[in-house]
Amino acid sequence: MTDTFYMTEALSICSDAAFEAHLGSLKDMPSWLLDIKREAWARYKALPEPRRKDEQWRFASTDGLSLDPYSYRVPSADPQECARPLLECGGCLDFADDAYIGGRPLYEEAAARGVIFLPLDRALREHPELVRRHLFERMPDLGSEKYQALHVAMFTTGVFLHVPRGVQVELPLAGLHEAVSEGASVFPHTLVVAEEGASVTMFDVFRSREAAARHFACAAADICALPGANIRYRMVQAWSRSSLAFHMNSASAERSSSVDAITINVGAAHVRSEQHGRIVGRGGNVQMHSLTLATGTQEVDQRTLQTHDAGDGHSNLLYKNVLLDKAHTIFSGLIRVAENAQRTDAYQTNRNLLLSPEAEADSLPGLEILANDVKCSHGASTGQLDKEQLYYMLARGLHRSTAQQLMVFGFFEEVLEKFGNEQLAQYVRDLLQESFNAHELLNNSPDAT
Amino acid sequence: MSLNINNLSVSIAERQILKDFNLSVSRGEVHAIMGPNGTGKSTLAKALAAHPDYTVTGGTALLDGAEIIGLEPDAVARLGLFMAFQYPVEIPGVSIANFIRAALTARLKESGGDFSATAYYKALYAQMDALKIPREFTSRSVNVGFSGGEKKRCDILQMAMLKPSYAILDETDSGLDIDALRIVADGVNHMRGPGTGFVIITHYQRLLNYIKPDYVHVMYGGRIVKSGGAELALELEEKGYGWVEKEFGVLV
Repeated sequence: MTDTFYMTEALSICSDAAFEAHLGSLKDMPSWLLDIKREAWARYKALPEPRRKDEQWRFASTDGLSLDPYSYRVPSADPQECARPLLECGGCLDFADDAYIGGRPLYEEAAARGVIFLPLDRALREHPELVRRHLFERMPDLGSEKYQALHVAMFTTGVFLHVPRGVQVELPLAGLHEAVSEGASVFPHTLVVAEEGASVTMFDVFRSREAAARHFACAAADICALPGANIRYRMVQAWSRSSLAFHMNSASAERSSSVDAITINVGAAHVRSEQHGRIVGRGGNVQMHSLTLATGTQEVDQRTLQTHDAGDGHSNLLYKNVLLDKAHTIFSGLIRVAENAQRTDAYQTNRNLLLSPEAEADSLPGLEILANDVKCSHGASTGQLDKEQLYYMLARGLHRSTAQQLMVFGFFEEVLEKFGNEQLAQYVRDLLQESFNAHELLNNSPDAT
Repeated sequence: MSLNINNLSVSIAERQILKDFNLSVSRGEVHAIMGPNGTGKSTLAKALAAHPDYTVTGGTALLDGAEIIGLEPDAVARLGLFMAFQYPVEIPGVSIANFIRAALTARLKESGGDFSATAYYKALYAQMDALKIPREFTSRSVNVGFSGGEKKRCDILQMAMLKPSYAILDETDSGLDIDALRIVADGVNHMRGPGTGFVIITHYQRLLNYIKPDYVHVMYGGRIVKSGGAELALELEEKGYGWVEKEFGVLV
């Protein structure tokens, strides 16, 4: 349990009073951290609001980004509210409104080998120098610098996972980040570092405890594989359908290491998802996969960058989006290969499936290659369900809506099967199914589509 | 109990293919429809199975008394009509097990019934054993990367599980080697009985070496021009289709 038990009133999220209350709540934190936070708060206030005409916000509806509806409350832990374990795993950290509320401790075998798996605030107190070496070293910088600054200024806790040299963590570890009170703002931070030759799998689930509540999430995940390390990171974004969310993620691969990252988007009214994969050492490998089911008037704004700063690296991106109703997705991706990053293999694919004529999928793929010996490709496609496939399924008696759903799940399966964990894959399938069911309740005649 | 097709006329892209087509198939019977290419055999199958590209311009088709013309393809299927495709479509990411289960669930939804996963797999494995299909087959995506023979196996397994009252095999033998041909024939023979009527559409007689039809019909110019018993297929094999054109070309 944390020892942050404060009762404070709800404050406007953008106010100095909120920031001061937040700073005041940080007991026993190193002074360098407070300095970073003060500097970040100043930067947050100084940076302009994003505008649609900014290249990095092209197609986005920036007027949906107002933080006025959201409030800040100093996190307080209520041990009564611990969530049910989500998955079988080797350890789980549960958070409610940015307070650590329990979970399951790291399994003994991994703990004995020196693996650190702690709430970030506790890690900052117990391992300040280790955390400092990595914290905020790699932010995506893909347009949300203002919100990155807000995240740094306001974060309280999150997941800290450190795997020492050569240690293979066999069981997956999980973080469950829930927003609970109405109008709450949360700033979860995940930091995963695998030292040389280490290996680990981490799942993060972000969700609202009540579907009817409205939340603001400003989250970041920083996944760092040191030489020869191997990290699998899967995150599920399932905030309530009236929430606003930022997920600013970085995956960094040093020499001969790999990061395999999967992002699932099913929640939020408006989500900005940034993912920066970096090949920083020779032979590094970054995989970036994503699936999104967007319904209603949801907007899912995805910005990605694959940076190759070292040679012989490999990066592969596949973002698959399914859109219903009046949903809007934006995929803007860039592969950037530095002059010295020879023999790079980099691929980027965005596939959008439109199930409604009113949905809109924007796709902006791009390449920027300075090296001359590379294999790079990018492709984007936007289409509807294949008519002959649909007919084949109808001819077997499936109702049109069922057939469409099965085809959508089939479309997603390419990403789901990369999970390497059937339980998590099933959890995501259930979320997708719930989303479909809610959609059908809203649209009385699904067969009309 | 029969499938009665009366004066059915069908066109595709404004071109009339079937003209006043008539056929009656009772449950338990096997009918073979043969004929030269382009004579409307596949059009008949597609029109009955309500393919959206085919327009019925006249006539009726009653399945055990219920009109199927004008229904959506899924409704026709749930009434008990099954079509084995000439070229089964690939459906990425949808496993055969889930697909067949969804098809069965759709039927049960209408009758208000339900079945457990255990009961389903028991039934599925029993059919697969009978058709000599290995178990791992069910976790593969429907037809994705399948050989011609595997695609037919997949269709035949679906047919065996869905137990249609009437099954139409639309040139399902085209391009198949002898082993794949046997799979199709074994599947039909396995299901043959009082519950199901079969319409086997084929260009070649060879499938009929394995499935002995009760009736053989020769189709030409969008309608049946000659009907007979199994011996008619052999006659066609021997004489080719040239004589059909000579004898009936003037009539249509």
